[in-house]
Amino acid sequence: MIRFRHIIIAIIVFLYFAAVVSAAERFPPPEFEVDYERPTIERPSPRQDIYEYIDAVVLLAALILASYLVLKVRSRRAIFVLMVLSLIYFGFWRKGCVCPIGAIQNIVMSIFDRDYAAPITVSVFFLLPLVFTLFFGRTFCAAVCPLGALQDLVCFRPVSVPGWLESALRTFAYLYLGLAVLFAATGSAFLICRYDPFVAFFRISGNLNILIIGVCFLVVGIFVGRPYCRFFCPYGVLLRQLSRLSKWRVTITPDECIGCRLCEDSCPYGAIRKPTAEWPADEYDRAKKRLAFLIILLPVLIFLGGWACAHLKNVTSRMHSTVRLAERIYLEQAGKVKDTTDASLAFRATGEEVEKLYDRASHIRDKFWLGGWLLGGYMGLVIGLKLIAVSLFRQRTDYEPDRADCLACGRCFKFCPKERERLSKAKELVGQS
Amino acid sequence: MAEDKNENGVTRRHLLKDGCFGACLAGLASLAGFLTGKSNAGDTVWQIEPNICIACGNCATHCVLEVSAVKCMHDFEICGYCEICFGFFEPEPFDITEGAENQACPTGAIKRKYIDEPYYEYTIDESLCIGCGKCVKGCNAFGNGALFLQVRHDRCLNCNECSIAAACPSGAFKRVPADRPYILKGTPWEVGHA
Repeated sequence: MIRFRHIIIAIIVFLYFAAVVSAAERFPPPEFEVDYERPTIERPSPRQDIYEYIDAVVLLAALILASYLVLKVRSRRAIFVLMVLSLIYFGFWRKGCVCPIGAIQNIVMSIFDRDYAAPITVSVFFLLPLVFTLFFGRTFCAAVCPLGALQDLVCFRPVSVPGWLESALRTFAYLYLGLAVLFAATGSAFLICRYDPFVAFFRISGNLNILIIGVCFLVVGIFVGRPYCRFFCPYGVLLRQLSRLSKWRVTITPDECIGCRLCEDSCPYGAIRKPTAEWPADEYDRAKKRLAFLIILLPVLIFLGGWACAHLKNVTSRMHSTVRLAERIYLEQAGKVKDTTDASLAFRATGEEVEKLYDRASHIRDKFWLGGWLLGGYMGLVIGLKLIAVSLFRQRTDYEPDRADCLACGRCFKFCPKERERLSKAKELVGQS
Repeated sequence: MAEDKNENGVTRRHLLKDGCFGACLAGLASLAGFLTGKSNAGDTVWQIEPNICIACGNCATHCVLEVSAVKCMHDFEICGYCEICFGFFEPEPFDITEGAENQACPTGAIKRKYIDEPYYEYTIDESLCIGCGKCVKGCNAFGNGALFLQVRHDRCLNCNECSIAAACPSGAFKRVPADRPYILKGTPWEVGHA
């Protein structure tokens, strides 16, 4: 029987060639005597580059429009419309990828990995919002970011979060940024993309756990405005710092603040700062001592953080697949586990020496040692500076949006009587002409 | 704190702020310069290196899409047109017929057609393939390895971090240039590439 002959040939040829070449042509492709043409392989092309450039242009246009609407037009309704359009385009149409938040990791990897270069559009997605924030404040957050837009839409019953709690919770965002940079720089994982809570909504499919986290964020978002933006967003951390320095920014009043207190509770994100009392003279000495203590504490915190994180290298380095594989192979070699995994089988099939794998893994662990010092030091610095910031007294005479916290959503505009006066004047002018 | 204005009306705080602003702008500009200098290439897409792929089955389950963007491809140039194809048949088939119980493919996506004694043609119905790699395993073990898994770029969302790549046990996933988005086993790039 022909079929058994084939099996025998298969086995013989397999044994013969297996050692020489894997998956070589064990059965030479036949020359057909009958009229037969081999089908061609269908290879659908990916999305063309031109569409990526269109995305970048749309981003630029949205940023220009957002800045214009926030700073010049001062219309919450217009900002809202742009926000919804951005949500539809960058969120549901483009399925939330690539976004500036995730682009952080591509940029970091581009810097640290010699073989990886971030595509030009990804660089544009990363840089454009930063540049706009440096000039106009966080207009990207207000009307362009699809993640922010989704949370903004559900913000129905915002409660105010006490300042100390807000500041403490925001430490997560700094930590998240630090970890994302560490894992991207070591080529381990793209943490931000892996735990993006809203991308599953944009695609209407995805990992169930992430979907649940996303739903939780939206439910919390009904009562606490934009929880991801305020307490977790790693890109927000960068935008905050640039927004502090911005050339132009949102002002509640178009004119001079009259201290009427009407805007006091208008911000769902707790970004409006109230005027302060006079400098408390009797506090001065105590404040000075506290500040001196905190400044001395700063290097201690940096050192402790770095030391702790560096000693966690065995835990953090497990994020890298090579380290995980090496640990698994070690367990199997030492006879501590009986079974094998797909990864360990695949490794053994490559025929690479175990020692070489261990070398590679320990090299990666060394990177995590250095990275741990940097990450921990940075976290120490963040916590230290936060402590210093809360103990500084800054005198303020007007109601004004916090430079870093303000998301430029424009909700406060209409609460200002001066703004209403301006609008009615503008209306009159339009009526006359 | 720093309200001692000089004759130009510039406070110390303003000067500091302007300095920081300039430094940030310069930093962003140099980062932009670095990035444009480095990325001479266009965009990249995810693809499977078929010679590293072990057809573990993660592709079918780890994609963010309901039905994976990874599907099986058949390179006819290196196919042996075997009568008993281990991509098509179970390892120990009851019978050498097209009956569902004899097929390796869980969705019956592979069609078997007689061509010429003793050769059979096998074609994959893309719409049924779920990218589980069962046929790939069989063909790699006993055949020419003409069946292999590839990311289909009409389906792939090109996530910044591919969830399958994160779960790939053999490290077969990699970023490839978008203008050469497939890695075929037998055929060189140029052949048959529109």
